Amino acid sequence: MSGIANAFRRHPELMVAAVLVLTVVTIGLVNPVFWQPSNLFSLLRASVVTGILGLAVLLVMLSGGIDVSFPAFAIAAMYLTVKAMIAWGFDSILPAFAMATGIGLLLGLVNAVFVHYLRMIPLIVTLGTGTAVRGFILGVVGTSQINIDQMPPKLIDFARTQLFSVTQADGSQAGLSAMVLVYAVVALLIHLLLRHTMLGRGIYALGGGEEAARRVGFNIRQTTFLIYGLAGAIAGFAGLLHGAMIWTANPRDMVGLELDVIAAVVLGGASIFGGRGTVIGTILGGLTLVVITNSLIILGIDTTWQRVVVGLIVIAATAATAWRDRKRIA
Amino acid sequence: MTAPLIELRHVGKSFAAVRALEDVSLSIGRGEIHCLAGENGSGKSTLIKVISGVWQPDQGELLIDGQRIESMTPRAAITHGVQVIYQDFSLFGNLSVAENLALSSELQEGRKLVSWRRVREIARRAIDRLGVDLPLDALVETLPTSGKQLVAIARALMSDPRLLIMDEPTTALTGREVAALFRVVRDIQSRGIAVLFVSHKMREMLEISERLTVIRSGRVVAAGPISEFDEAAITRAMTGQEIAAEGYRWKPSPNAAPLLEVENLTIPGQLEDVSLRILPGEIVGVSGLLGSGRTELALALFGMQPGYTGRIRIAGQEVRLDSVQHAIEHGIAYVPEDRLTEGLFLAQTIDRNMLATSLGRLSRAGVVQSGRAARDAAGMIREMAIATPTGDRPVTQLSGGNQQRVVIGRWLLNDPRLLILNGPTVGVDVGSKSGIHRKIRELARARGLGVLMISDDLPELVENCNRILVLHRGRLVSDTPVEATSETALGEQLAALA
Ligand SMILES: Nc1ncnc2c1ncn2[C@@H]1O[C@H](COP(=O)(O)OP(=O)(O)O)[C@@H](O)[C@H]1O
Ligand SMILES: [Mg+2]
Repeated sequence: MSGIANAFRRHPELMVAAVLVLTVVTIGLVNPVFWQPSNLFSLLRASVVTGILGLAVLLVMLSGGIDVSFPAFAIAAMYLTVKAMIAWGFDSILPAFAMATGIGLLLGLVNAVFVHYLRMIPLIVTLGTGTAVRGFILGVVGTSQINIDQMPPKLIDFARTQLFSVTQADGSQAGLSAMVLVYAVVALLIHLLLRHTMLGRGIYALGGGEEAARRVGFNIRQTTFLIYGLAGAIAGFAGLLHGAMIWTANPRDMVGLELDVIAAVVLGGASIFGGRGTVIGTILGGLTLVVITNSLIILGIDTTWQRVVVGLIVIAATAATAWRDRKRIA
Repeated sequence: MTAPLIELRHVGKSFAAVRALEDVSLSIGRGEIHCLAGENGSGKSTLIKVISGVWQPDQGELLIDGQRIESMTPRAAITHGVQVIYQDFSLFGNLSVAENLALSSELQEGRKLVSWRRVREIARRAIDRLGVDLPLDALVETLPTSGKQLVAIARALMSDPRLLIMDEPTTALTGREVAALFRVVRDIQSRGIAVLFVSHKMREMLEISERLTVIRSGRVVAAGPISEFDEAAITRAMTGQEIAAEGYRWKPSPNAAPLLEVENLTIPGQLEDVSLRILPGEIVGVSGLLGSGRTELALALFGMQPGYTGRIRIAGQEVRLDSVQHAIEHGIAYVPEDRLTEGLFLAQTIDRNMLATSLGRLSRAGVVQSGRAARDAAGMIREMAIATPTGDRPVTQLSGGNQQRVVIGRWLLNDPRLLILNGPTVGVDVGSKSGIHRKIRELARARGLGVLMISDDLPELVENCNRILVLHRGRLVSDTPVEATSETALGEQLAALA
């Protein structure tokens, strides 16, 4: 094996880092507007929710599973929480996020029950639970969108917090959303979990081989519940964050988002066969995806091509990781 | 005399209707290398699992240091110093060597956090202890099989075991790697650790073990110090039948036209100037050390080395074998060495595997004539005596010997003229092996098939071939009629080349 291939094998994030740099440089050359702080800040802001959801998917993919239920869980947690905030008249941030996270956690545990006790394939389980949860929200909880006028003001204020702002060449102000910091904290926590705790190593071990993980003494049930529970909790958290950032709670939101997020994670070097992937890679993958899909306009490409681009990225990134991992499935 | 380390007394274990173990008694002394032999399905793995606490025996008792163990669990077994290295090694390919080594002890100590420095220290100690060299940071999946095995052994030794059980450890190793493994095993023994070595290869048992227990159909049929056994005795015990080395007593008619003539076959860097002839009905053995060019020769004849120079004639007609397609058209069949990855479609049924290369012949206008296909497959299952009620079972349910029969049977459906077998009975147990040999000889004689048999197994060559070729560094160094050589003579010739 050549040195480069080996480096990519050991550090999957190198590949995506290279792709990201290449993408950014190309777009910047085509249209220097790209480099304006307002554009860069808005790209960073746009990668927050995709990125956090990507971390949820990363957990599941590391263990050798796949999750397509998280957009539904995110929306359910967000919609239920906002509804509750309005109905019960509370608008403090911490309880709100705790509630959304808790709803996501419960839903994630449902996935875990199916996957662990009924030994069902994660794709089928999460397709089912995702669809059921969406149906439940629309059929039982409500179909109407909650707009800015009804949204709890503190939630919106929170999401509008800026870390700092700079004055651009034309005199306008461009601020960096503080949500980037929230993203960084979540990412750091997941990174610490995965890299420095036995629970996290158990997730990698499970992705490397369930029987082997059992034999060295990992608790497979605990690990499975941790993975799906945590993925659900992160999704719930990200859902409310999303609602706060766009000032709307729309129960029909995020349809089809699972593909973008999975694309980001795979682009970030996670293996579709499990056992391989990192937080850094996922962050870079999310950033790359957001940069590409959001730069179509400044590249003068019709945005209807966005879905085509996402589809192609999924295929290309999956092909690249499958090629890298071909030895493992052979 | 002190009590043996581990003793099984009259142990029985059933799975539903299958009596996997019956009245098995066995004792392993401290620091002893004990070999457990038996054909596939004889109950070896079940016995291991009883010792390691995976299964509870239905009858009988298990004693450690003379103390009766009431109920053995995997955890209790580990506490008592029993470590098992499973056939699949149970390693994590996606994790580094260091982490693979450190994980179980970290878990055992109930650690919650990972210190990578400690992981490396633990791993370094484990490797030093085994006295081998392994790259700590390499992912395990990038190691060769022998390297993975060393990681598994190093990991097992970390918990200071008193008994190390290895389930068929040599199956996927080359000769040199087996020798290295044996050095490691002897070294382990020299520290007072007993080794239970599970195998069905006789040479290995005779070489490594001090005592031998043979089981057949779940019962102990022979046991004792290794000095009381020779190959014939072990074979007899394992199979319950006398498998005489009959030899291939067949003489080609002196003026038979050769089936295959190879002249000056050369592939730069792989084969040099190899010439040989095979008559119809003749079985020609090929031996040689690793890298001798044996496999390259087979691949060239099967059209997989299109860059060759030299002449190849089949039945007197000159041919150019530059694709597999061509080779098949000229009646050449190749059964590869690694049937699991190259020869079989593991996800498919026996029938589909059997028909894999004849679908073209069986179709009319692109549609497979399923009636004929089913008849052909069923006929071949009968002809090759494959042990299955029907052909629609997954091929993975068959034993190694039967899988090999499927691969050979598949080629016979194409009516080949030359059958190339690379390691025809690697990983096949003794009883099945002699069945396959008989079949090959019968095919050669009855159909006038020419056979090129590549093998590391010298008795196999001596028993089945008319002539034996020895290749070395791509050159043909000898071509001897079987009457003029013997297993020992061949062994010495090869040893001299090494
Ligand atoms: N878990 C099980 N359930 C049912 N039958 C089993 C099980 N394990 C082993 N057997 C049966 O017990 C017999 C002995 O198997 P095994 O111990 O695996 O043999 P070996 O390792 O010598 O090849 C076989 O007939 C096998 O089918
Ligand atoms: Mg076995």
